[in-house]
Amino acid sequence: MTFPDFSRLSATALAAKVDGGNVSPLDSINASLARAREAGAGRESLNLILWSNEQLARRDAASLAEGMNRAGKGGRLAGIPIAVKDNLATLGLPTTCASKILAGYVSPYEATAVARLREEGAIVVAKTNMDEFAMGSSTENSAYGPARNPIDLRRVPGGSSGGSAGAVAAGIVPLALGSETGGSVRQPAAFCGVVGVKPTYGRVSRFGLVAFASSLDQIGPIARNVDDAALALEIISGVDPNDSTCSSRKVDTYRDEFLPLATSAEPLDGMTIGVPEEYFPEMLDPGIRALCERSIDLLKSLGAKVVDVKMPNTALAIPVYYIIAPAEASSNLARFDGVRYGARAETAALRDMYAETRSKGFGDEVTRRILLGTYVLSAGYYDAYYRKAQSVRGLITRDFRDAFGRGIDALFTPTTPTTAFAIGALTDPYEMYMSDIFTVTANLAGVPAMSLPIGRVGGLPVGGQIIASHFCESTMFRVAYALEAALGGEAHQ
Amino acid sequence: MTQGKYEMVVGLEVHVQLKTRSKAFCGCSTRFGDPPNTNTCPICLALPGALPVLNEKAVELAARAALALGCTLHPVSVFARKNYFYPDLPKGYQISQFDKPLATAGSVKVDVGDGEKSIGVTRVHMEEDAGKSLHDRYPSATAIDLNRAGVPLIEIVSEPDMRSSKEAGAYLRTLRQILQYLAVSDVSMEEGSLRVDANVSARPVGQKELGTKTEMKNMNSFSGVERALEYEFARQCALLDRGEQVSQQTLLWDAAKGEARVSRTKEGSHDYRYFPEPDLLPLVLHSEWLAGIKASVPELPADRKKRFTDEYKLGNEDIEKLTALPLLSDYFEAAARISGEPKGAANWVMGDVQAAINASGVPISEFRVRPADLGQLIKLVADGLVSRSAAKVIFGQMVETGKPAAQIAHDLSLVQVGDDGAITGWIDEVLAEHPEEAKRYLAGEKKLQGVLVGFVMKKSAGKADPKRVNQLLTSRAGAG
Amino acid sequence: MAVTQADVIHVAELARLALPAERLDHLVSELNGILAHMDVLEKTDTSAIDSNVSVPVDSTPLRSDSSGPLPMLTSRESFAPSIRDGFFIVPRLATHEDAAADTAP
Ligand SMILES: [Mg+2]
Ligand SMILES: [Zn+2]
Repeated sequence: MTFPDFSRLSATALAAKVDGGNVSPLDSINASLARAREAGAGRESLNLILWSNEQLARRDAASLAEGMNRAGKGGRLAGIPIAVKDNLATLGLPTTCASKILAGYVSPYEATAVARLREEGAIVVAKTNMDEFAMGSSTENSAYGPARNPIDLRRVPGGSSGGSAGAVAAGIVPLALGSETGGSVRQPAAFCGVVGVKPTYGRVSRFGLVAFASSLDQIGPIARNVDDAALALEIISGVDPNDSTCSSRKVDTYRDEFLPLATSAEPLDGMTIGVPEEYFPEMLDPGIRALCERSIDLLKSLGAKVVDVKMPNTALAIPVYYIIAPAEASSNLARFDGVRYGARAETAALRDMYAETRSKGFGDEVTRRILLGTYVLSAGYYDAYYRKAQSVRGLITRDFRDAFGRGIDALFTPTTPTTAFAIGALTDPYEMYMSDIFTVTANLAGVPAMSLPIGRVGGLPVGGQIIASHFCESTMFRVAYALEAALGGEAHQ
Repeated sequence: MTQGKYEMVVGLEVHVQLKTRSKAFCGCSTRFGDPPNTNTCPICLALPGALPVLNEKAVELAARAALALGCTLHPVSVFARKNYFYPDLPKGYQISQFDKPLATAGSVKVDVGDGEKSIGVTRVHMEEDAGKSLHDRYPSATAIDLNRAGVPLIEIVSEPDMRSSKEAGAYLRTLRQILQYLAVSDVSMEEGSLRVDANVSARPVGQKELGTKTEMKNMNSFSGVERALEYEFARQCALLDRGEQVSQQTLLWDAAKGEARVSRTKEGSHDYRYFPEPDLLPLVLHSEWLAGIKASVPELPADRKKRFTDEYKLGNEDIEKLTALPLLSDYFEAAARISGEPKGAANWVMGDVQAAINASGVPISEFRVRPADLGQLIKLVADGLVSRSAAKVIFGQMVETGKPAAQIAHDLSLVQVGDDGAITGWIDEVLAEHPEEAKRYLAGEKKLQGVLVGFVMKKSAGKADPKRVNQLLTSRAGAG
Repeated sequence: MAVTQADVIHVAELARLALPAERLDHLVSELNGILAHMDVLEKTDTSAIDSNVSVPVDSTPLRSDSSGPLPMLTSRESFAPSIRDGFFIVPRLATHEDAAADTAP
């Protein structure tokens, strides 16, 4: 049986077809499932998808169709197949964080972000591969083996949301959810040639997102274009009584602000875009540098004023991040003890049960970070490491406040210093950590940032990053939308 | 007997369970005694992805308690994670407060027998309870019940200001009474809603520096705390006498054996790795909100004792009894005001009311005889409409039926007759029936008056007002 | 500040991780390698941030005491490794005290 090919269609276009009755939800879902099989998204080949249940997805599609018959409409994402990173709690499918310690675990409740997408008619077709507990930048640290980049199978899709970015790039779903702690949506989006958004900290509820580093974690959408990403973010944003850190600020209607600009000759007229020199170091891939320069020229041609800006504390971001994130992680991962859920090592003594459950359950990178995080919080080291890192985090945040306070609306930078690297190429942990060098600052400062494709180097996608001030996602999307249009199809070639 | 050379120094850490309907960070019920793990949800089970949201009522109760203990409430306090592994601690950390607690620097005035002493309260902070581990339920396993996990607590830490076990006991009793007045907790050591850990050290009398302290845990009554402190003080004194050192350790009190064992927990191996809880923002208390909490602090035991002494002119012993429990004391006061007879109200409350409540087992709030009803009864006696003995009968009926005193008195014909005509009639009859006694009485033999009054009361079936009978008999004798 | 083998053993104890002896040396050098990059923080002047105490803060939101529990769509039995009569079951500890000794950090 062959299914229509929706793999190049945007989520908004496909949803309009479903909502208008031109495509049934079941056809839409069947096409996605067929595409997943055809692309080899499962374990055997791309290894982008960890868990899926075709029957369940079809059942969801049927009940959506039923609901649409009754209500006459199906929501803004009617019949859209979505892929969800495996660290987001979902009903019906396992939630394992690609870790052995959660083998077989199915959540009895659902993450707010997932539930909100479902309310708009989206259907979860896959839980995607990731670095275990989101600790990594390549989706190689998965208990289920490394995922592959659909653009080049020898290369990583980036991480930790590599499975979600890869699923969108492979045309399996138009929309996916990932999560960020230090760049885990933007970096794989850049590596896979798709759009990835990290919202302002507190914009999207973290309820149901398995915590890595609570003060940094945010859920973000991954899409094939800026419009879809903005729509998805609009849907999942906003106050949630189940997350104390989620903001009650009103959610802007991003699309209403940028869609009317589509016909404008200078859609960025009046905007000032800063280019921080710290994000263009010596080691930056020359091809990426050239593509960024071209994008900057385009931004100017779109009416934006482009200025140089200094972010003097940028170099401190990775050291700060690798203290704060492991520290919080060491505490967040204490609940995986084999007592109430998940895998358990059977032992005679309780103490052994803990140690064996956790040692067998966690992979090397997770173990390394738990040790590091426990160390920096332990008696005698707290002030030198954790407290100091929080202070320096304040300096990094101030860099952004200063820049945005001086009339700069958004920053433009490369998303990553390199294109997707080969599977197995990076063996030194710190070298791997450096691939988040341009993304981690936005997590530390809590500001929104996104990556969009700006071209290719040697056939591999390159991401350009747009960073805006707290809760100024509208501004960020406006710049991204205009740049995407100006780049045209080029960015994807 | 060398203990006289040394002085005991005690500081107490008291954990108090707050009386909320739901837990500190989730909506689960705090009910006691439900089947295991039925009051649990993704949050208090620490399922992956679940997050805490603070209970408003817990903050109110904690703040009220801190204010009543004279503490400064901080406009910004911060929750912190206390990290340690234990099977009944689902998250692997307890949400508590550490370097920025809710309140600090209070004090409690304690009656220590020969006067009043002020015991410093170092801090009051909010935290959550752990679950329960049952070690004896199954032969080869420990059973974990997480119904209690996440129940809101306050920890009240005192200064090392107590100098004897008696002072420690007095502090605890005063603290418990204050918390009862505030209605913030059930404060029951038996049910675990109040738990005490003690830090105790000994030092030579006159020495300024504190000795090495040990921590005493596992006491399950106030008297147990006192005994444990005595035991540990004696042990430390004996060590010091022998020139040995007290080692800093945790001891577990065994009430049955009356001795303490060293806990196997390695001291100094605790490293809780506190850091600010990133899943919660700081707790910010605004001044209007604080004003509301201040207004909700009721009259505290010490003030009430003083006021009762001034207003009702009762003796010390009565006051202590009447103010022991806030609801009983409210009950007394209402009855006293309505009847205008504080002494009478006090006697009734400490006597028949208390006995009836104890016998029925219902809480005073559900006791059938409301203070207004009791007040009416007291008034009937004071006005001479009902005799004391009839009042007891009426009260018994009130407890049983809940009917007003006046109605029962009427229905049972227990209203006293104060009408001279009827009484004179009964007197005439009695004098006629007992001519010998009448003659002697009228001739001036005053001691016979009691006997004659008794005859009159009997004839009237108890309804005659004995006061009036006496008066009328006296005037008869005077006339004769 | 260099991490020693003893530090790693201590930290692994705190974190309830059993580390195979043969991995210890490697972990020590790995952690030292990572922490070496953190030394730059020590030299960073943060006095401007540390003294900035008057930043206005949002309060943590408060929940009504009468909000009910979050529903669970599958039972505890469906995910618990060992459950009996409603209790989660773990290897036996004779007393609470033993438990403390067995599990205290
Ligand atoms: Mg405590
Ligand atoms: Zn709960």
